[in-house]
Amino acid sequence: MRRIGVFVCHCGTNIAGTVDVKTVAETLGKEPAVVYATDYPYMCSEAGQNIIKDAIKEYKLEGVVVCSCSPRMHEATFRKAVSAAGLNPYLLEVANIREQCSWIHKDMEAGTAKAIVLGRAAIAKVQLNAPLIAGESPVVKRALVIGGGIAGIQTALDIADAGYPVDIVEKEPTIGGKMTQIDKTFPTLDCSSCILTPKMVECAQNENITIYSYSEVEAVTGFVGNFSVKIRRKARFVDENKCTGCGVCTEKCPVKNVPDEYNLGLSNRHAAYIPFAQAIPNVAVLDKNRCIKLTKGKCGLCSTVCSAGAIDYEQKETIVEEKYGAIVAATGYNPIKIDGYDEFAYSQSKDVVTSLEFERILKADGPTDGHLQRLSDGKQPKTIVFVQCVGSRESGSSHGCGKEYCSKICCMYTAKHAMLCREKYPDTDVYVFYIDVRTPGKNYDEFYRRAVEQYGVHYIKGMVGKVAPQADGSLMVQASDLISNEQLHVKADMVVLAAAIEPDKSARPLATMLTASMDTNDFFTEAHAKLRPVESPTAGVFLSGVCQGPKDIPETVAQAGAAASKVIGLLAKDKLSCNPCVAHSNEMMCNGCSSCANVCPYGAITYADKDFSRRQDGSMIRRVASVNEAVCQGCGACTVACPSGAMDLKGFSTSQIMAEVDAICK
Amino acid sequence: MQVNNEFRPKIVAFCCNWCSYAGADLAGTNRANYPADVKIIRVPCSCRVNPMFILRAFQRGADGVILCGCHPGDCHYTTGNYYARRRMTMLFSMLSYLGIEKGRTRVEWVSAAEGAKFAATMNEFVETITALGENKRLEDLRCKK
Repeated sequence: MRRIGVFVCHCGTNIAGTVDVKTVAETLGKEPAVVYATDYPYMCSEAGQNIIKDAIKEYKLEGVVVCSCSPRMHEATFRKAVSAAGLNPYLLEVANIREQCSWIHKDMEAGTAKAIVLGRAAIAKVQLNAPLIAGESPVVKRALVIGGGIAGIQTALDIADAGYPVDIVEKEPTIGGKMTQIDKTFPTLDCSSCILTPKMVECAQNENITIYSYSEVEAVTGFVGNFSVKIRRKARFVDENKCTGCGVCTEKCPVKNVPDEYNLGLSNRHAAYIPFAQAIPNVAVLDKNRCIKLTKGKCGLCSTVCSAGAIDYEQKETIVEEKYGAIVAATGYNPIKIDGYDEFAYSQSKDVVTSLEFERILKADGPTDGHLQRLSDGKQPKTIVFVQCVGSRESGSSHGCGKEYCSKICCMYTAKHAMLCREKYPDTDVYVFYIDVRTPGKNYDEFYRRAVEQYGVHYIKGMVGKVAPQADGSLMVQASDLISNEQLHVKADMVVLAAAIEPDKSARPLATMLTASMDTNDFFTEAHAKLRPVESPTAGVFLSGVCQGPKDIPETVAQAGAAASKVIGLLAKDKLSCNPCVAHSNEMMCNGCSSCANVCPYGAITYADKDFSRRQDGSMIRRVASVNEAVCQGCGACTVACPSGAMDLKGFSTSQIMAEVDAICK
Repeated sequence: MQVNNEFRPKIVAFCCNWCSYAGADLAGTNRANYPADVKIIRVPCSCRVNPMFILRAFQRGADGVILCGCHPGDCHYTTGNYYARRRMTMLFSMLSYLGIEKGRTRVEWVSAAEGAKFAATMNEFVETITALGENKRLEDLRCKK
């Protein structure tokens, strides 16, 4: 029997509040194997760790049990402490008596009893822990950034700056993302394009950056330090190397009625097009669903006018395969579809627009060349109503597309829109209907106050119930003023809806490929909400921008830099230590049946003929399984598939788990 | 039927490290209560759970066993929960042949973000097991010393 030490943490009052830690330590101290048991307010503190280290030496401990918070929180901390005292770090078990005990049980008696049982299970398991040594695997010094919006661009630039090659995969024909569509940015009102396009150009010129535009990630295999990724490059029917971006093909193309994605369908483009003037790469694309040559085999006009000879109707999509040490998800967001919000007459009136559409109307390269106009009749609106929280902070599913969370950016961009309207067109009346105005951020509240005090925007606390298009082309807005408790009727010329934002649809299938976890809203989950906000729980996968949660541009850029620094930290290492909790096969018991290899998702199991000849039995050569420890990820599928019980998993062996079961059921 | 108010069931919950164990941690962080009768064993993946572990738990006097893993398609190891699902389907049908009530065993998918679902599942499971009462069918009396 091993000599075990038990260390019970109070976690201040987090544990001690509902678990009698003294009793736990005393009771566990009486277990036959336990030679030392104590409790301490904060086991993870330096003083707490020293208690563990000293006890290991003084009592010659051969196994350590810490009863504390979740092992997902501090297992690594305690392993380091144990290792520093000369004990193998894997001779440690953590009993989770905080998240899975004290925090969920209000009854001291029940909580204490459960903590004791969890402690006993850990003691039973640690008796059977084997000292493990982590192997090493090499790191491919190249990073992949998925998504070429401001998040992806900033991450790629920062990684490239540190000297590592980085590839950007962008599904659209150009990088730039949503920020290209925005007119001005809060709280400084500087031009979005003026600060973004230089960064786009920098990406194109940086020799460490490769841009795969009009491309999507097709498959991801491998693991941290050594991912293997297939990138599908969609056919743009234009040779990227030959096209000069002169734009002649886009002017001559006879198909002129394709809704322009850049303008959110508020204007049309040709079937041959460059998304916008500053696109990177500045290369034309043929819309394969609308191009006459590609759909009907006729026309071919673009090819005759292209002096560079770049048009290639035969171009096929190709698959690029590349290896990466780290992957950054920067897939961004989209406004939700608000067709379900019939009360706002969005589908009935052209003058009811979303905020992003309004952004296009304000921007110089938009459908109205930057003039504030109604889309129905081109007249300048005299009264504009902004409606906040359309689909945000919606409990239940009254519309079927609402989100429970706050989209975070709408309060600020609406203040910006209101201000811009009043600045350019001082005779415009601007109303903003809101639930709350949320302006946490440097200089944000000042910005909002300016909209109210300096620009005279009418902020009214209350929600809009209905927008009714009138015969004269105006829009009757019915709303309640919650402060004066009155029903209001505002005759507006234009209504702008602050639609909630949601993660891009490509994020969910990507998360499946990366085996990265997501929350119920399809935002990527971070490894720790507070302490590891830019890392996914899946090692080697990092998060940048809105794919992790709603954020504005400054926050996105900050997070993009943080993700880049984590990637650089990873790529700077030559080798990573592997997870030593991997499968291994007992050759004496293995009969070479291949059951384990059939269920292994990594192909980590191979077979070899091995000589088991003994003098008295004569020649005996058997086929046995062996596990490639660098490839095995330690899921344990093989251990259950093995009919002879030859496969086992280090760290989670059959006997260890059985011992836990026994201790719990005692 | 005689209802014994003193009866507290023994429940073993196997939780995969990546989704359900994290979901259980989140339930704790959100202070979402469920009875202390549930004791969690952490496994790397739901596919690590050998049907033998569940039989062993019943043999040692467990009244209910629940296995929680990532949602289908979301397994950290890509396919582990599919193996678990098939194995448990087989095991549970055999257990029902042995006379173990269906409600005593369960497989549930709980993601790392579903703390509330974890707590709700456990509350419901404890309720079911409490209603079923003590499980004696597989109990090995030699273990009771």
